[in-house]
Amino acid sequence: MGNCMVNHWFSVLFLAVWLGLNIFLFVDAFLKYEKADRYYYTRKILGSTLACARASALCLNFNSMLILLPVCRSLLSFLRGTCSLCSRTLRKQLDHNLTFHKLVAYMICLHTAIHIIAHLFNFDRYSRSRQATDGSLASILSSLSHDEKKGGSWLNPIQFRNTTVEYVTFTSIAGLTGVIMTIALILMVTSATEFIRRSYFEVFWYTHHLFIFYILGLGIHGIGGIVRGQTEESINEGHPHKCAEYFEMWDDHDCHCRLPEFEGQPPESWKWILAPVILYICERILRFYRSQQKVVITKVVMHPSKVLELQMNKRGFSMEVGQYIFVNCPSISLLEWHPFTLTSAPEEDFFSIHIRAAGDWTENLIRAFEQQYSPIPRIEVDGPFGTASEDVFQYEVAVLVGAGIGVTPFASILKSIWYKFQCADHNLKTKKSVVGVFLCGPRTLAKSLRKCCHRYSSLDPRKVQFYFNKENF
Amino acid sequence: MGQIEWAMWANEQALASGLILITGGIVATAGRFTQWYFGAYSIVAGVFVCLLEYPRGKRKKGSTMERWGQKYMTSVVKLFGPLTRNYYVRAVLHLLLSVPAGFLLATILGTACLAIASGIYLLAAVRGEQWTPIEPKPRERPQIGGTIKQPPTNPPPRPPAEARKKPSEEEAAAAGGPPGGPQANPIPVTDEVV
Repeated sequence: MGNCMVNHWFSVLFLAVWLGLNIFLFVDAFLKYEKADRYYYTRKILGSTLACARASALCLNFNSMLILLPVCRSLLSFLRGTCSLCSRTLRKQLDHNLTFHKLVAYMICLHTAIHIIAHLFNFDRYSRSRQATDGSLASILSSLSHDEKKGGSWLNPIQFRNTTVEYVTFTSIAGLTGVIMTIALILMVTSATEFIRRSYFEVFWYTHHLFIFYILGLGIHGIGGIVRGQTEESINEGHPHKCAEYFEMWDDHDCHCRLPEFEGQPPESWKWILAPVILYICERILRFYRSQQKVVITKVVMHPSKVLELQMNKRGFSMEVGQYIFVNCPSISLLEWHPFTLTSAPEEDFFSIHIRAAGDWTENLIRAFEQQYSPIPRIEVDGPFGTASEDVFQYEVAVLVGAGIGVTPFASILKSIWYKFQCADHNLKTKKSVVGVFLCGPRTLAKSLRKCCHRYSSLDPRKVQFYFNKENF
Repeated sequence: MGQIEWAMWANEQALASGLILITGGIVATAGRFTQWYFGAYSIVAGVFVCLLEYPRGKRKKGSTMERWGQKYMTSVVKLFGPLTRNYYVRAVLHLLLSVPAGFLLATILGTACLAIASGIYLLAAVRGEQWTPIEPKPRERPQIGGTIKQPPTNPPPRPPAEARKKPSEEEAAAAGGPPGGPQANPIPVTDEVV
């Protein structure tokens, strides 16, 4: 439990703050719409569902602002770099960006559901009060004219008695954008389930770009000003607490109260999402710019078990152990970027990745490189990303566990340890220079790994020794 | 893009649509909206769609993750043979089911989502996909003592393999191996009490 808290206290605190803000914003907006005098008459028609809808709308704005930030990889790398004084535990939290992105997405789905259900009730109540002929307060408020010449100070967005709610939904900007946004959200969520993501990544990747419709829709959702509150002047002339009970006499000239006047709220979603959208656009431009830089492939090695090693060079590329890069091969797919851990050490003059055939894209890539007589396909590289695994150099004993292609970060670490020993790096605390390599795998791999261990083991006992072990039970 | 099984995504989308239909139907019925009886239909249609789509079909390549408890519905869905196996039937069925819910605002979202699922199923059907039930693997009765021919002869801690093999067999083992007997460690291991 103690270890858990030491490692995860920041995540727990961060999530608690995020949840707390959500709850605070919801309750604050709910109380504002439930108590404010401005919406006194609106509440007479709609009841508490007005406050429900507006509170969930505020939470939606907040979460839509947050959702784009965890996927700005370059921004996170920048934060990781500038925050070099922060402890590594803190910087490691930046690696959990996708988990946070999913949590915010779930919250958006929850608030979308609340928002839609509340507005369904709102539309139904507006519709009923428009059709009511009982002379109630609700029906009088609903009959306020939409006519611009008479001030356009209406309350009920449903103008005519025979207008259906479906018609209003699909002819108002708020309704139409709402439907489009929700469908985009649902498609994004169903194609992003773990099963679909792991089995058919392209479906997830391309469908997820529907977020553009979501963001655009959100920006213009509130333009129509359907949520109406009483104007300042109207409240000053006749406060609802005084005038509401005399609604039957509003038409009389003797009455000290006049017909209340309403105005729509200006849209505010765009204020929340403007900055993250700009950051994300910059991120995509940066990714595109970086991808256009030339990558020179210096060596291609085909390993057993359908593993391809690519050794490359790129101007200005600098990495640390344990980081990964995104790779794109335009001849295979223009838009797909796949992450691969860097297997070379920072001390080497090239950087390399090992790619195992595990799906459409990787198999096509390996096939393209296997053909010896065609020109080598062009590769684009973005990165490196990820928190470096420098902790391993700070301890005398380190146990690194990886299986299959998952040994790739450790290849980088082991090579770096070897280089540091060669240069007698004093910062390296790994004094006990023994590395045990344990393999449970095919014989061909065992042979080549044993050869590698022998080659890199120094005869001088003070330098690093690699001991190769294969399973023998 | 060649190996995408669209039916898998259509299945997720249809399941989500079923839940949305149920939710919209409950809201419409509970709120007694105008024409709320479409809401009641929507609940029934949503439950039917959820039950039909709950058992995930088997992937052509690779292993398929079953949904929790899906084996009960798998046996029911299997009974209908070609009606549930064929995705053209599912596409048409979902399209027809979605239409009545389109008359009510509360359930129109369910209509749109189910119609999209129907479209994806149509694409899957055109590409020749089929629903194959995930059969439970027959559990092999473990025969007690049947596979134990000889107990392990070399329990841990074990020295590296080089220490036990003859030197003439291995060409490159000599450099890495420790000098002494079977249990000698390359570096003396001391217990450091912190």
